[in-house]
Amino acid sequence: MNRIVGKLPLADGVTLFRIEAPEIARRRRAGQFVILRLDAEGERIPLTLVDSDPEAGSITLVVQAVGATTKRLAALREGEEIRDLAGPLGHPTPVRELGTVAVVAGGVGAAEALPVIKAWRGAGNRVPAIVGARSADLLILTEELRTAADELHLCTEDGSLGKRGLVTDLLRTMINDGAVPDLAYAIGPVPMMKAVADLTRPYGIPTLASLNPIMVDGTGMCGCCRVTVGGTVKFACVDGPDFDAHQVDFGELRQRQGAYREEEREAETAEREEDR
Amino acid sequence: MTAPGTRERMAELPAAERKKHFREVPLGYSPEEAGREAARCLQCPKAPCRQGCPVEIDIPGFIRRIREGDDAGGIALIRETNSLPAVCGRVCPQEEQCEKFCVLGKKGEPVAVGALERYLADREEAPRRTADGGSFSSSFRVAVVGSGPAGLTAAGDLARLGYGVTVFEALHAPGGVMGYGIPAFRLPREILDREIERLKNRGVRLELNTVIGAGSSLDDLFRAGFSAVFIGSGAGLPRFMNIPGENLNGVYSANEYLTRVNLMGAARFPETGTPVLRGHDVGVVGGGNVAMDSARTALRLGAERVSVIYRRSREELPARRDEIGHAEEEGVRFLFLTLPTRYLGDERGRVREVECLRMELGEPDSSGRRRPIPIPGSEFVLPCDLAVVAVGNDPNPLVPRLTPGLETGPRGTITIDPETGKTSLPGVFAGGDIASGAATVIEAMGAGKRAARAIDDFLRARR
Repeated sequence: MNRIVGKLPLADGVTLFRIEAPEIARRRRAGQFVILRLDAEGERIPLTLVDSDPEAGSITLVVQAVGATTKRLAALREGEEIRDLAGPLGHPTPVRELGTVAVVAGGVGAAEALPVIKAWRGAGNRVPAIVGARSADLLILTEELRTAADELHLCTEDGSLGKRGLVTDLLRTMINDGAVPDLAYAIGPVPMMKAVADLTRPYGIPTLASLNPIMVDGTGMCGCCRVTVGGTVKFACVDGPDFDAHQVDFGELRQRQGAYREEEREAETAEREEDR
Repeated sequence: MTAPGTRERMAELPAAERKKHFREVPLGYSPEEAGREAARCLQCPKAPCRQGCPVEIDIPGFIRRIREGDDAGGIALIRETNSLPAVCGRVCPQEEQCEKFCVLGKKGEPVAVGALERYLADREEAPRRTADGGSFSSSFRVAVVGSGPAGLTAAGDLARLGYGVTVFEALHAPGGVMGYGIPAFRLPREILDREIERLKNRGVRLELNTVIGAGSSLDDLFRAGFSAVFIGSGAGLPRFMNIPGENLNGVYSANEYLTRVNLMGAARFPETGTPVLRGHDVGVVGGGNVAMDSARTALRLGAERVSVIYRRSREELPARRDEIGHAEEEGVRFLFLTLPTRYLGDERGRVREVECLRMELGEPDSSGRRRPIPIPGSEFVLPCDLAVVAVGNDPNPLVPRLTPGLETGPRGTITIDPETGKTSLPGVFAGGDIASGAATVIEAMGAGKRAARAIDDFLRARR
């Protein structure tokens, strides 16, 4: 059992949780994730670790309420408990000194980008961050991102904050202005990560993407999270989650993420009927 | 009345009924049936059956107690060497082990040792939770990584020897493959939970949701005060065939398919949170027990046609005869000498068909079985909206990856001395599928038992 010790709404449907997990708080490194399960009948879902406070013994997760489990998680209150929490899982992001590392994030990936930005900076890199969302009210943790990164570039699709457009527009401008990063790191929705990879490929900018397939056990046992990278099948849980974005078959990843769309709808209908 | 030379048949649920649910198929012996079967045992002084038992059960001893009406004494005798009799009585391939050496087997059917073991385990009083959970005569503590058959056996034996044992399990429920892999119609979860409860009563501590090899390492365990470590982290890394279309939705590894159903309760979705895709035409690739489990699970989830696709012939099927029989009775179809070559999907990425090649058998290969050879131009396509790939597992990579100096073999198995489970690192022992590659529950248990003995020797030498 892991107690929720802090809860903060960040945007519509996006919530930050601080959860008691002393062991994970002590050990976690940037890029790693946890698997959690809310109750005895619950599903196991992976969530990227956003932060931790080893002294307080807590970890930070940011949850976007999109599926049945994340919606129920978002409804939990401070003081309530999460039944199962396992981690830290996955390889840490392979940070090293390269020069300039552009971290590009979209949606809830903005939160997940935080530890990675800190880690790349900690390894001696200059780290500009490019963060985008549909509109200003969905841009989260901008102050924390501004503090963590060397520079923060914001954009929204509707132009309500920062530049109007997509993160790739900002990255393209950055490259065209001659500030070519030594590595790009993409974290967020699959179409965004794919767009970043497509943009950096012709420039030969090495690019990593933090992949987010469906998982069950998260320890290599089931193969649910398999992704094709450079024509080879990898398990994101034990081989990743970071992979060479230029080699990733994003189309397949997107397809596999949607494997249970019909079942998810069924679950939501069932839930709604229960609420009545 | 049973004819001489013929064993007492165990009653089973009728095939037509059992396909509708996940209840256990073989129903177990009544006391009368057990008594009659026990009476067949010749009580051979040399007890050849015992050489076939990796966990060293006194087989004639417990059978004699059944004959004497002393069921409590019988199960107590088994428990002296075996921590999981209710499991072994159900899933051990006894025909390859104890029963293979039974003298009666020369002229008729061997004594049904497994069925009798199950009988005693099922008659045993349910475990009551004890408050303190055992006492430890030794000051040494031992860590066990993984709560599958190898780990639980090592833990049970070490606890019996007086060591404080903590078992670390990555998942939210203990049991390893016995919980996520073996379906309830062969091993009901309550039966497994009862065995685990007994281990806890013996003082074994369980730490769930703890992934050794991810974040925390073996060094951390030694730093935390453990004097020896047993690694039984299993063969948890499913193999695929690397053929086109294998990543389409609706193509599962057997591990994932069975985990969703057995561990996560997906048959009851959306009452539970984990869904599983259903299929009308299900193809199960492989011929082992896991393939049989997957095929029978698919039937229970409402499939119209379930085909086991196997590249060799019936004679080479590695699954137990009983399980093949159960699958056939329930309507599973077998496509022998057939090799899937690619999966074909629809525009939404869901598998719809599987293309296969016909095979013929050639000369014997390294396994001694005749090698299957594709027949050129024999491609054909089967409807298949759900496929389960049950072609084996590689060892789980987490512990070896995070443990410098731990020697591994070419396939990623941890290298051990098979007699003791000793690894290349002092105080670190391993056994079960992580060391042997994928094998059976009972072989893993045997490895756990040998390692427990070696750990005891190791710790005695340190005293």
